[in-house]
Amino acid sequence: MIGIDLPVIWAFIIAFAVFVYVVMDGFDLGLGILFPLFPEKRDRDVIMNSVAPVWDGNETWLVLGGGGLMAAFPLAYAILMPALYTPMIAMLLGLVFRGVAFEFRWRTTKERNKWDIAFAGGSLLATLAQGIALGAILQGINVSGRTYAGGWWDWLTPFSILTGVALVIGYALLGATWLVMKTEGELRDRAYRLSWILLMAMLGAIGAVSAATPFLSLQYTQRWFTFPNIVLTAPVPVAVAAVTALLLRSLANKYDYQPFFLTLALFALSYAGLGISMYPYIVPQSVTIWQAAAPENSQVFMLFGVAVLIPLILGYTAWAYWVFRGKVNHESGYH
Amino acid sequence: MFEGWDAVVLARAQFAFTMSFHIIFPAFSIGLASYLAVLEALWLWTGREVFINLFNYWLKIFAVAFGMGVVSGIVMSYQFGTNWSAFSDKVGPVIGPLMAYEVLTAFFLEAGFLGVMLFGLKRVGPKLHFMATLMVAIGTLISAFWILSANSWMQTPTGHAVNADGQFIAVDWLKVIFNPSFPYRLVHMVLAAYLTTALVVGAVGAYHLLRDRHLAGARVMFSMAMWMATLVAPIQIIAGDQHGLNTLEHQPVKIMAMEGHFTSHKDGAPLILFGWPNQAAGRMDYAVEVPKLGSMILKHSPDAPMAGLDTVPRENWPPVPVTFWSFRIMVGMGLLMLALGAFSLLMRIQGKLYDSRLLHLFAVAMAPSGFIAVLAGWITTETGRQPFTVYGLLRTVDSASPLAAPAVASSLIAFIIVYFAVFTAGVIYLLRLMAAPPHPGEEGPRSDVPARAAGITPAAGVAAEGAAR
Repeated sequence: MIGIDLPVIWAFIIAFAVFVYVVMDGFDLGLGILFPLFPEKRDRDVIMNSVAPVWDGNETWLVLGGGGLMAAFPLAYAILMPALYTPMIAMLLGLVFRGVAFEFRWRTTKERNKWDIAFAGGSLLATLAQGIALGAILQGINVSGRTYAGGWWDWLTPFSILTGVALVIGYALLGATWLVMKTEGELRDRAYRLSWILLMAMLGAIGAVSAATPFLSLQYTQRWFTFPNIVLTAPVPVAVAAVTALLLRSLANKYDYQPFFLTLALFALSYAGLGISMYPYIVPQSVTIWQAAAPENSQVFMLFGVAVLIPLILGYTAWAYWVFRGKVNHESGYH
Repeated sequence: MFEGWDAVVLARAQFAFTMSFHIIFPAFSIGLASYLAVLEALWLWTGREVFINLFNYWLKIFAVAFGMGVVSGIVMSYQFGTNWSAFSDKVGPVIGPLMAYEVLTAFFLEAGFLGVMLFGLKRVGPKLHFMATLMVAIGTLISAFWILSANSWMQTPTGHAVNADGQFIAVDWLKVIFNPSFPYRLVHMVLAAYLTTALVVGAVGAYHLLRDRHLAGARVMFSMAMWMATLVAPIQIIAGDQHGLNTLEHQPVKIMAMEGHFTSHKDGAPLILFGWPNQAAGRMDYAVEVPKLGSMILKHSPDAPMAGLDTVPRENWPPVPVTFWSFRIMVGMGLLMLALGAFSLLMRIQGKLYDSRLLHLFAVAMAPSGFIAVLAGWITTETGRQPFTVYGLLRTVDSASPLAAPAVASSLIAFIIVYFAVFTAGVIYLLRLMAAPPHPGEEGPRSDVPARAAGITPAAGVAAEGAAR
């Protein structure tokens, strides 16, 4: 494997898996966050049915992100998970509540409200925990030798709370634009109105996180604002502005599909921004992707599988989405 | 309040608790996915309405059980990092790729086709839908393949080396995957999953036969389940015996704990049926034993010498009472299953399969026996390889995360509260679904969404025809 930098390839594969997770489970979780705003059973049934056939596949990308990290960068996995102990446990418990609600709420009339609360609360908790975990990684982690050396509350800072709230807003926007795409009538109108409000909030959140990040460490400042890096980094905020303009226009024109996909573009740009800030560290400021990389033959062994299977997975996942394409309404799960 | 507690003990308790809850659901859904594929194949082949009714009946149950398996499984995949970070760092390069392959080849396959399997019959037609069911069933088996390979490598590690950072690395991936205990463990576990499901299906069938012995769906599922018990229970006992001989070869200390052999026997070891293992004193109290039978079973010779735990340093002893008793519970369940299979065969030959109340009561009582056997079996094999995570090479105490006891205790309590609240509700919903008799025109999941009941495919047509009768 001379000439090929395996850890870099694997960093992109893990980043890809996590991004697909954020994109796909993002709108599922966003629907849960928005659930309290739709108190009618009819609306809730439609919202649930719009993701019921695909949520499980969406969540599998989280397992790939975690499992892939353990396999390809075991040292990073071993440092990050104890460092993020509380947010991780909170996320897992939130996902338990959210996941079982998909089936349980159809199995009981008396307790349906309970599982609706579990769905909304679980989604909110999982999202907040993911956002906080992101902030906790960005702000740096106390490492000694090959282990985490901090306490179990180190993750809790104003910055990590900010990223937590920002992700809640972002997922809610994904959920709202998903509803615009997948529903009709009054439900869709309300989703439009929510999309406006959430987009404004999301822009505020992107601004706040972007403004706060350079203050976390000198490395981030140098990465973004010094020449020649600035030639590469400057297009990111420019692209964010352009996508925002298109998104505003698509909402004003009440398009069906554009708001969702433009929101995804906004996520992709924010994600690229995070990548620019972190690279080449996998545990910021202490462990690089080369230091954390698993032995070459582990990474090579998995690369064969990834090269063949990821395209296959994307193929049949796309097929499942295609099967359940179109608007969902009250009369049928799908029509 | 947990300052005096040992973080490693708490982390082990957390793993044992979350794992025990988790394994119940895959054990059931591996078998149920295959059963659903068989039912749908029989429906497509024969066109008999009863098969699609049974398919839809069990599909609703599958949806609930599978959901619980998914959410409890995600916890497992992150727990290696949160609570066992030293293990993850050292062993991740070897078992990480096996688990990554499980995700890539199995989890995505199951999840990708699950939506179509649950909700898509009317959208894709019966043939494509059958393919989706088949993919889910195959996915559950591929998943078993990889995770049992990873577990077996930890029990009988081969094909590896250790690098400068103290990490295990694979030297020969085929030797890692097909390590010595893997084929035995895979067969034993998949058969266990099939038996577990068959015993639940049989119990549900028997429960409804007790109320109405002419109910078509109940008769079909009961007969199918009893065939499984009759045929698979004896095969499973043979497979278990072979697995035991493999363990004797590669993990003799585990066998000593299972058999309760504290002391060595130079000329033939007894088979200790029951007794009270006294770990502190290193002896078996109140032993009820059959002379020479232990050597007969394990070495096929009554006078073959057998080493005992007195040949093993104390610090390498597993917790003998747990291993010893969980093994007996598993074997006891297996013998009861064998009895059920034999009894049902006798009744079948006499033409009383659907009439014997005694058989039906026995089958209902056996509903949880598969789960009990699976849990007891896993407790046997996992406590029997203690005090190691990677057998003989990495100690459990050296595998844990650098966490304070209060952190682990808090999360353990959170898991206990949430799991009991959530999974109790789930089990109640499952039992409620099972308590309703299968009927003509059975609908799939989401039957309370009105328009789901009508459609254009053969399935709905057959269902409508059934309902009209």
